[in-house]
Amino acid sequence: MDEAWTRAKGVFAALAGPPVVWLAVFFLIPLGVIWGYSFGENASLTHIAVNGTFANYAHAIRPLYLGIIVKSLCFAGLTTVLCLLIGFPVAIAITFASQKTKAWLLLLIMLPFWTNLLIRTYALMAVLRTEGYVNQALGFLWNGAGRIAAVFGQSIGTFTPLELLHNNFAVVFGLVYVQLPFMVLPLYAALDRLDRSLLEASLDLGASQLTTFRRVVIPLALPGIISGVLVTLIPSIGAYLTPDLLGGPSSMMIANVIERQFKTANDWPFGAALSFMLMYMTFIAIAVQAVVSRGRQARAT
Amino acid sequence: MTTPAKTIIQFENVTKRFGKMIAVDDVRLSINEGEFFALLGPSGCGKTTLLRMLAGFETPSAGRILIDGEDISRIPPNRRPVNMVFQSYAVFPHMTVADNVAYGLTIEKVAAPERARRVEEALALVKLDGLGGRKPDQLSGGQRQRVALARALIKRPRVLLLDEPLSALDAKLREQMRSELAQLQDKVGITFLIVTHDQDEALAMASRCAVMNRGLLQQVATPGDLYEFPNSRFVADFIGSVNMFEGRLLVDEHDRAVIETSELPTKVYLDHGVTGAHASTVWVALRPEKIELHKRGQGTPPPDLEDAPANHNLAAGVIRQITYLGSESVYDVEVTGGRTLRALRSNLTRRDQEDFVCDEPVWLAWHACSPAVLLS
Repeated sequence: MDEAWTRAKGVFAALAGPPVVWLAVFFLIPLGVIWGYSFGENASLTHIAVNGTFANYAHAIRPLYLGIIVKSLCFAGLTTVLCLLIGFPVAIAITFASQKTKAWLLLLIMLPFWTNLLIRTYALMAVLRTEGYVNQALGFLWNGAGRIAAVFGQSIGTFTPLELLHNNFAVVFGLVYVQLPFMVLPLYAALDRLDRSLLEASLDLGASQLTTFRRVVIPLALPGIISGVLVTLIPSIGAYLTPDLLGGPSSMMIANVIERQFKTANDWPFGAALSFMLMYMTFIAIAVQAVVSRGRQARAT
Repeated sequence: MTTPAKTIIQFENVTKRFGKMIAVDDVRLSINEGEFFALLGPSGCGKTTLLRMLAGFETPSAGRILIDGEDISRIPPNRRPVNMVFQSYAVFPHMTVADNVAYGLTIEKVAAPERARRVEEALALVKLDGLGGRKPDQLSGGQRQRVALARALIKRPRVLLLDEPLSALDAKLREQMRSELAQLQDKVGITFLIVTHDQDEALAMASRCAVMNRGLLQQVATPGDLYEFPNSRFVADFIGSVNMFEGRLLVDEHDRAVIETSELPTKVYLDHGVTGAHASTVWVALRPEKIELHKRGQGTPPPDLEDAPANHNLAAGVIRQITYLGSESVYDVEVTGGRTLRALRSNLTRRDQEDFVCDEPVWLAWHACSPAVLLS
């Protein structure tokens, strides 16, 4: 079976050819160009001379930029953890819902994909801003509490709206909001594949629901958890729109800095170097992981 | 068994509804300690629901379930003194065989040395010695089932529940596991409650069976009684193969009964009365192996039946089909009037299969004690 394609080489080439060409022309070549720029410098306003300099990288590892990269990683990490904590119960609820409810719940999870990210982010601003719905609701409750307090001759003062927008909180909140479906779907896929009788067997053998979750559900859902974490973490690190619109002056993430280099600062070589910093870090992480898992395999056998 | 049997499980008027569907309908059933009890019925008859209610995965809509006299209807599955072998085996794929078997003891926080000893014991019991380090995907289906068995037995349950345990095995292995399960039950002395749709399985292993249909308990009896003394057309038809006729009760006295049926050229004579017959319509069930084949040709007189009057329990026919099964042959015989009866004949010698040929005229005959009369 798995050698079938080697026998029909022509068919294989015909099928695999177009995507390979597409990837090469529109992904690998532009990526290579940017990579080349990262070793160059601005020769004039419109011309970049690729002269093999490492100056851009030297610039990129200065504390200011490293700090922003680290902050981006922290935001993305926090987003991923929150998505996992919120997404797991949601995925479980969908898995155990009746067939009919399940379809509706999945539709609800995917509904945001039909709205443009920009629109959704502006909607979130309407919710979080000083006169937004959250503050309105809180103000309403506060005034109610104030009236009750007045009955007892107490005063709790006037309501000061919470600053929910243009800070780090807003960025993480927005990222969780955007990324949650990407966490829920792989988790749901993993949980849905889980044989229910395994859960029943665990209960039958005396385990509580919590123990069953810990010893059976989590280990068996691990592939789903890993892919959920990856598809949440990676886009979060490079998030651009969310920190740009919801963040304050100090919540800039690496993508915002890169954007500035390419646009306002017109320093493409430095922007390219910053872009590739993330890529190098990913490669290093993958390499480390490969070495570690190979070591573990070697020990296991 | 000489000591009076002690009841271990009691279903008291248990009903289970799923929406409008009634899966289990007012079931009353007692199972004794040490029994190998089978719940038998076609798929969708409610037998699995009954088992799952006992395990705690379903809650009865009405009625009570008692184990050792204690109502367990509201006790969660993880605190019931029963353990289950699942149809899919439900062996945890991410654990080794030993970890699977030890699971229940780990939850109970049994100390490691005792746990290891009992795991070894349990693995030996199901003949999986030395395979403790394997992962489930390195085992055959039969071995995975043994893991599931060991995992449930190690908890020393009051009752071991088995949900269609043999359905996923191939024919040869199924037969082997049948006798092994019976031996195992003998060895550990635990009450076994097995759910199956396979009548052979139930008859071969169980000490007592309950036949279910559409949520109702049809008959509870030993395998022998189920086969020879079914109480309804459903049971007679479900267990084994049967020739069934609708008829009218002509004579019903304490030592004899005569039934007339339009499907047979002769009347059916019985050497006992039919108790409880209020209507005159009854059904006669006649097992194929209880029908004798006799030669019928020019000058051959009809066989003499000592226990029935002349022209009773005798039908002339022609063999239409012979199915040779090795140990026996099945003869489909068309009798006068058009109905086809099935007769079974053991091939006692190597020449027996040559006695009759297709399209040969024959007499079918049976004894006065062979037909079962059914009222419903």
